[in-house]
Order: sequence, then structure tokens, then C-alpha cells
Amino acid sequence: MSESKSLRVAYGEALAELGAKNDKIVVMDADLSHATMTSIFAAKYPDRFYNFGLAEVNMMGAAAGFAHSGLIPFASTFAIFGTGRAYEQIRNSISYVNANVKFGLSHSGLSVGEDGGSHQSIEDIALMRVLPGMTIFVPCDPIETKKAVFAACEINGPVYIRVARPVVETITREETPFIPGKANIMKDGSDICIMAIGLMLTEALKAADILATEGIHTSVVNFHTIKPFDTECVLKMAEQCGAVVTVEEHSIIGGLGSAVAEVLAGNSCAKFMRVGIQDKFGKSGKPADLFAAYGLTAENIAAQCKFLIK
Amino acid sequence: MNNEIINEKARQIRVDIIKMLYLCQSGHPGSSLSCVEILMALYYKAAKVDATNPTMENRDRIVLSKGHACPALYAILADKGYFSREDLWRLRQIDSHLQGHPDMKKTPGIDVSSGSLGQGASIAVGLALAAKHKKADYKVYVIIGDGEVQEGIVWEAAMAAVHYKLDNLIVLLDYNGLQIDGSNDQVMSIGDIMAKYRTFGFECIKVNGHDINAITEAINIPVAGKPKFICCETVKGKGISFMENHFEWHGRVINTNEYNVALKELGVMTNV
Ligand SMILES: Cc1ncc(C[n+]2csc(CCOP(=O)(O)OP(=O)(O)O)c2C)c(N)n1
Ligand SMILES: [Mg+2]
Repeated sequence: MSESKSLRVAYGEALAELGAKNDKIVVMDADLSHATMTSIFAAKYPDRFYNFGLAEVNMMGAAAGFAHSGLIPFASTFAIFGTGRAYEQIRNSISYVNANVKFGLSHSGLSVGEDGGSHQSIEDIALMRVLPGMTIFVPCDPIETKKAVFAACEINGPVYIRVARPVVETITREETPFIPGKANIMKDGSDICIMAIGLMLTEALKAADILATEGIHTSVVNFHTIKPFDTECVLKMAEQCGAVVTVEEHSIIGGLGSAVAEVLAGNSCAKFMRVGIQDKFGKSGKPADLFAAYGLTAENIAAQCKFLIK
Repeated sequence: MNNEIINEKARQIRVDIIKMLYLCQSGHPGSSLSCVEILMALYYKAAKVDATNPTMENRDRIVLSKGHACPALYAILADKGYFSREDLWRLRQIDSHLQGHPDMKKTPGIDVSSGSLGQGASIAVGLALAAKHKKADYKVYVIIGDGEVQEGIVWEAAMAAVHYKLDNLIVLLDYNGLQIDGSNDQVMSIGDIMAKYRTFGFECIKVNGHDINAITEAINIPVAGKPKFICCETVKGKGISFMENHFEWHGRVINTNEYNVALKELGVMTNV
């Protein structure tokens, strides 16, 4: 059995580990440290942890100030408030001047669950993707989350790490490479390619298993970095399979699906389809019920794949 | 409504809150129990509302800006007949109209959707200003949290409320001293909150936030030419001994043992 843990716990643990190696790391939160799990870092390094209270805008602005002073701030809150309320600080105070700020924002996507649509960020990738110089990581499991935190620290400039709330199974290995901007092929098949991010990788792998029982050979690719984007891999897989399905716990507008579409347009004749949130808001429910209701399940992914290549 | 009846109602509302949150195994017990009397003062005494006509043009508007406390609001709306009490037991379930945070498009009686803290404060300013603009005489009540006031937008709203002389706007602060990560003072001190609102230009009154009559009286004190701020001193988790004044109970899941103890404290025997 693979280890299971939430991405947010992995995030907090990785920060604490990174903190030991690099004393320039400071961590900021906005009254959600027990949810984003920056509390793990705070317990170990209370002198390097700053709670800004319910003031995400101020936190992001102050993060820029930290960065201008040679520190490496990791600012955390929920994805909806970090990328939403503080967007223009991220744009003008941080991104515009390439300030060395990292955002570890949790509770992304529908898997927030019962808190409902006001708390489920399904547009954060879109918002961050349009900012020049932004790096975006969407880790799929605890191991990859840790690698994303360490990789973020190596990059000089803003990095967004999209973290999810639920406990998930580990699907990558310690030795799996994590090279920013380079997608990982998790399964190689020739009939269709599923390109996925985050928690949807688990569903994509299961969909590939379902398709295998029907003799359909499926590739599954993990685009853990949304920006800079691995366009080469997209074109290679489109050529190899002739059909591409993107899967994301995000709006089909502006996220992975859009990023792939931008690459394919004018460059490939592959059949193409986007599985994701179909231009709707989320709502309350258990994560599994929401995934089912919004078509983010292995069964629906497999069905869409078959529809595309039939 | 005499005191005996109102106290009995408050107890029943608390029972419903505990039951709802136990059934959905999520949500915010401490925050909901904290503002029961504030909401009751509005819905049973001060505010002009009609459950049989939830969209009545001249109704008073009520904005629960600290939207995470909506179980308290839902229990009251159900009691008033805005929807069936049975609906309460499906809180936060898929396809329930009772969302994790108030949703004006799904639930009858909700004037404004909320949940992203701070936003209700400025929506309330817009509602109050619109009432003035339309020369309508309804009032706007907004309930905010003491962690919520850390949001800058709350102060932008306060500035505008005074600038536009919104004497039809009443801000009620659920002053329980706690937020998620600890006390206000540990996380981000809010200082002398009465002095801050007074300096902005509000008429400021402090009351016991669990005394429905005191809250109602404060609401009814006439004020002209400026908005009113009522600082309601409350206890987070009020009514359940092990939740009272514990920030950990902001959003903790209630287990079966805790459920039984809580209901017993509220005078209900269960055997779940
Ligand atoms: C803009 C925003 N940031 C963060 C949150 C997450 N959050 C929900 S409740 C809460 C604490 C609220 O504390 P307070 O206002 O004191 O409310 P109460 O004590 O009455 O529950 C936080 C940080 C949110 N809902 N909205
Ligand atoms: Mg509080």
C-alpha cells in the first residue's frame, strides 16, 4: 500500500525541512496556519513565522517587502483568497518586479468539499498563468508537493504551488524526477493521451486501467508544471496518440486544458477534449460526491476518451 | 415575546446547530453558537422581515458577513418558516440548498451570499446607500467577526458609511476575542475596536452579546446622520461548556461522544 497523506501536510513538513537548510526562509499566513499546515513550520521556527491575521492583501504586499530585503517568503492561505483577493498585489507588487515570493496556497479546487462554492477556487491557475514570469506547480501527491517546495526555493522569482486539502495516496516515487517545466510520462500508450494535473492524476491512471480492459492503450502524463509549460511533450504525445484529453480540478477555461489547446492550435491535428469544471461554480458536498457530479471521475474520463476516439 | 419563551427558543436553536453540524461532520460550531442571540435580536425583535414574503421590497436587509456561522442563521430561518426544518439535517450535503456558506441564490431568506470575510461589510454599505438613493426607509444590519475586522475592506466600508451618513446601517460585531489560529491578540491585535469605530465617525454602543433585550435596545436607540456600531461581547462556543472560549472549536468536527454531552448540556437526552 502506498503512503497516504494530504498535500497540505506534506507542504507544511517540507517548509519545516527547508527551513533547516535555508535560514532566509520566512513563512507567512493569514489566520489559517492549521489548515494550510504552515503551523508545522511555525512550531519549529516561531521566530521565522508571521501571522498576518485576516488580511491577505497586506500579507502579499508585505511578502514583497520581505523579498526586497533578501528573504525568501512563503505566503500561505486558501487559494481562493490568495490568488483572488490579493491578486493585484501579486500582479503589481510581486510579479511585475519579479519579487522572490512563493505562494503555497491550499484548499484549491472542488476537493475543499463542504465549505462550498465560495471557498472552492477553480480559476486560480487561470489568474496566475497570465502573469509573465510566474512559475506554477500543481503537485499530485505528497512526495511531489515536497519536491515542488524545494524546487520553488531554487527559482529566483514568484512561484505558485497549488495545494489541495484531502488525504491522497502517493502515486509517484522518491526517485521520480521533478524538473520544473518538464512533464512526466507516467504511462506510455499509443491510442490516446490523458494529460492531467494534481489530484486528477489518480483518476487518470484509473481511467487508463479501465480503458486497458477494453484494449485501448492510454498514455498518462503529469504536467506538474503549468508554467513554464512543456509544449514539446504536448506535441510529442499528440503526434504519438492522435488524441488528447486534459483533466483538471479547475475550470476548463484558463487552466491546463487551455494551455494544451494553445499549443495544439495550428500545430497539431490531434483530436482534443477538456475534462474539468465546465464554466460553473462549485457547491457544497463531500469531495467524492462533487467529483462525481462534475465528471471528475475515472469512469467519466474513460467514457470521454472512448467518445473521442470512437 | 417574553424572556422565558425567547430563552427556550435560544436553547432550541443551539440544539439544532449542534445536530446540523454533527450530522454533516464539518462546519463551525464555536462561531455559530457565538452569534445566536445577535441573530435572534434581529429576526425575532428588531428587524422588519416576513417569512411569508422573503423578498418583500421594504424589508430590512440582514447580512451575515461572518458567513461561516450560517448554521445559526439557518436554524432561525427554519424556525421562522422560511423553509422546512427537515432541510437542516442535509446541511452541506450535495444538492442541499443549505450551503456551507450563505447562498442568496439557493436559500430563501438569505439577502446576501457571504463566506469570503470582509465582503459583507461593503455589500451592506451598498445596500444602505441604495436605500437612501431610492428614498426607501428600510434598515441594513451586518454582522461581522472580530477576526474579520482585520480585513482592510472592513475599514474602507466604515469610511464610506460615515461619508455617506448611513444612519440606516447598523454594524454588529460578534466580539468573542477569538479567531482560527488563536485569540485576536495572538494573531493580529485589533486594539480598541470601539475607539477605532468612534474615530471613524460611528455611534458606538457596547452590549452583552448574549442578552437579546440589550441588543434590541441598542439597535433601537435613535441615531441621525451617522451609522451605528454595536459591539456585542460574546463567548465563542456559548452554551456548550467544552466549546466555550476555546478557539480550537472554531471549526472542529463534533464526534458522537461530544454530541451526546453537548445535547445533554442543552437538556436533551440522546442515545446515538
Ligand atoms: C477572506 C477570508 N479569509 C480567510 C477566511 C477563512 N476564515 C474563516 S473564519 C476565519 C476566522 C474568523 O474569525 P472571526 O471573524 O473572529 O469569526 P468568529 O470568531 O466569529 O468565528 C477565517 C480566517 C475567510 N473565510 N475569508
Ligand atoms: Mg471571533
